[in-house]
Amino acid sequence: MAREVGIVGVGITKFGEVWDRSLRDLGLEAGVKAINDANIASEDIDALYVGIMSPGMFLNQEHVAPLIADWVGVAGTHIPATRVEAADASGGLAIREAWMAIKAGLYDIVVVGGAEKMTDVGDEEALETLSATVDQEWEAFFGATLPSLYAMIARRHMYQYGTTREQLAAVAVKNHKHGSMNPDAQFQSVVDLKTVLSAGPVAEPLGVFDCAPFSDGAAALVLCEWEKAKRISQQPIKITGSGQAGSSLSLSARRDITTFASTSTAAQAALKMAGRTLSDVQVAEVHDSYSIAEILAVEDLGFCKKGEGGAFVESGATALGGRIPINTSGGLKARGHPLGATGIAQAVEIVYQLRGKAGARQVKDAKVGLTHNVGGTGGTCLVHVLEGGA
Amino acid sequence: MAGARFWREKASRYNGLGARCGVCGKVFFPPRVVCDNCGRKSIGQMKGFQLKGTGTVHSFSVVHEPPRGFETQIPYIVGLIEMDEGVKLTAQVVDIEPKDVHIGMRVKDVFRKVREEGKAGVIHYSYKFAPVASPHGGATPQHPESLVAAASQPMDGAKKK
Repeated sequence: MAREVGIVGVGITKFGEVWDRSLRDLGLEAGVKAINDANIASEDIDALYVGIMSPGMFLNQEHVAPLIADWVGVAGTHIPATRVEAADASGGLAIREAWMAIKAGLYDIVVVGGAEKMTDVGDEEALETLSATVDQEWEAFFGATLPSLYAMIARRHMYQYGTTREQLAAVAVKNHKHGSMNPDAQFQSVVDLKTVLSAGPVAEPLGVFDCAPFSDGAAALVLCEWEKAKRISQQPIKITGSGQAGSSLSLSARRDITTFASTSTAAQAALKMAGRTLSDVQVAEVHDSYSIAEILAVEDLGFCKKGEGGAFVESGATALGGRIPINTSGGLKARGHPLGATGIAQAVEIVYQLRGKAGARQVKDAKVGLTHNVGGTGGTCLVHVLEGGA
Repeated sequence: MAGARFWREKASRYNGLGARCGVCGKVFFPPRVVCDNCGRKSIGQMKGFQLKGTGTVHSFSVVHEPPRGFETQIPYIVGLIEMDEGVKLTAQVVDIEPKDVHIGMRVKDVFRKVREEGKAGVIHYSYKFAPVASPHGGATPQHPESLVAAASQPMDGAKKK
């Protein structure tokens, strides 16, 4: 029988502008929390994967996997430590790489971390690094930034489907409300529609509240072969499906910019592997790097029809208490978006939900959850299905 | 920054040189050596293809938070232009106020300064797009003389709106 994989430990730092902590401090905190949560010893760890997008541009530091391994205290066991990069889907991809290695039988216990330290540089430099996820020669060269590309997606979506500015804003209002219930979120304050609509423009039609913030933070998981996971954990969470799909790096190469085919492809693969349909999913963390991105995500994952994502969010269906609560953590918008950490943080939130430990934002009796992590404008997408109560 | 990274792209950035698949006829910009319809069959069959320079605004954004080198140009319009040959590309839309741009608007390429890297760095030139009715529209430079003439035009940000 094929080997299966479970999550036996999670750890996350508070996200935000954490000026008194370095990348290694954040990685250490998340890693140690996850290892403590799993109640394993350092010698039990067979390998480390680190999802991180751009420590080179943010900190002039490459080769960060051995750095994190060292600070987590496992360098002495000489385990393989591997950095994984796929823009802001680096964390999701790191989970998949570790999952594959365990499935292949190479390792039994793997620590998967994700981190980014974005506020050691000014906002202009951070924006430039964020925009390094797009085609430098044929998009960024001409003055296109990552937010401006999402803004073009938004404007086209409004044109094709009648999506409104208020519907975009509803994503931010909902995610801030969820974030207000998450003590680790970067923003724990609610905002109203008027505040979102009157915020300064970043790249029209998107304003400040349509964009996830620059953040520092780290998150970590301990993955374990399933039979062993059941022995060492009271409440292991099974990874029942993993999907990865790609698309062109540049938006201009796509026929339709209002859909991410990488999302629908990855989701279908993950759900098929899990033997699930989308209607089984009770809680999801999706990649709302921009308000329009969450609208695309709910459509492309299949929670609603193409073009109806704006109305779907506006209806309250994706809020806590709605038909399918999405981004109960506050999402990238309110929890924060330290690029490489995001995919891991999404899994941490789903594990909290499936363990029934999500506090005020708990989705009642959640058994099946989904994570959706996107790199850049959809060049990479990772979808995972997680299940509890097994 | 080293100049080679930029001048090696100049056939496309200065003159709109793309490629056309000799097997299925699909047009690409920038030029590619493999067609995504035809795969390996297209290798060696891709031919240089000159874009006419006219197209339609597929979508656009008005940028208020710029990357370095674009600070003096804000707010500027960046658009996704669907060329008449069917291929899309990313470029600035100029000679028009942000409030007047709309999806479906007809545009024509113009040759402009894109940005400069400080006082002593490389000055980058390429295409931007202007409404077809613009007095500057329609000037796709094909010859060194017109390149020089176009290059002497002021940067768009210089005439602050």
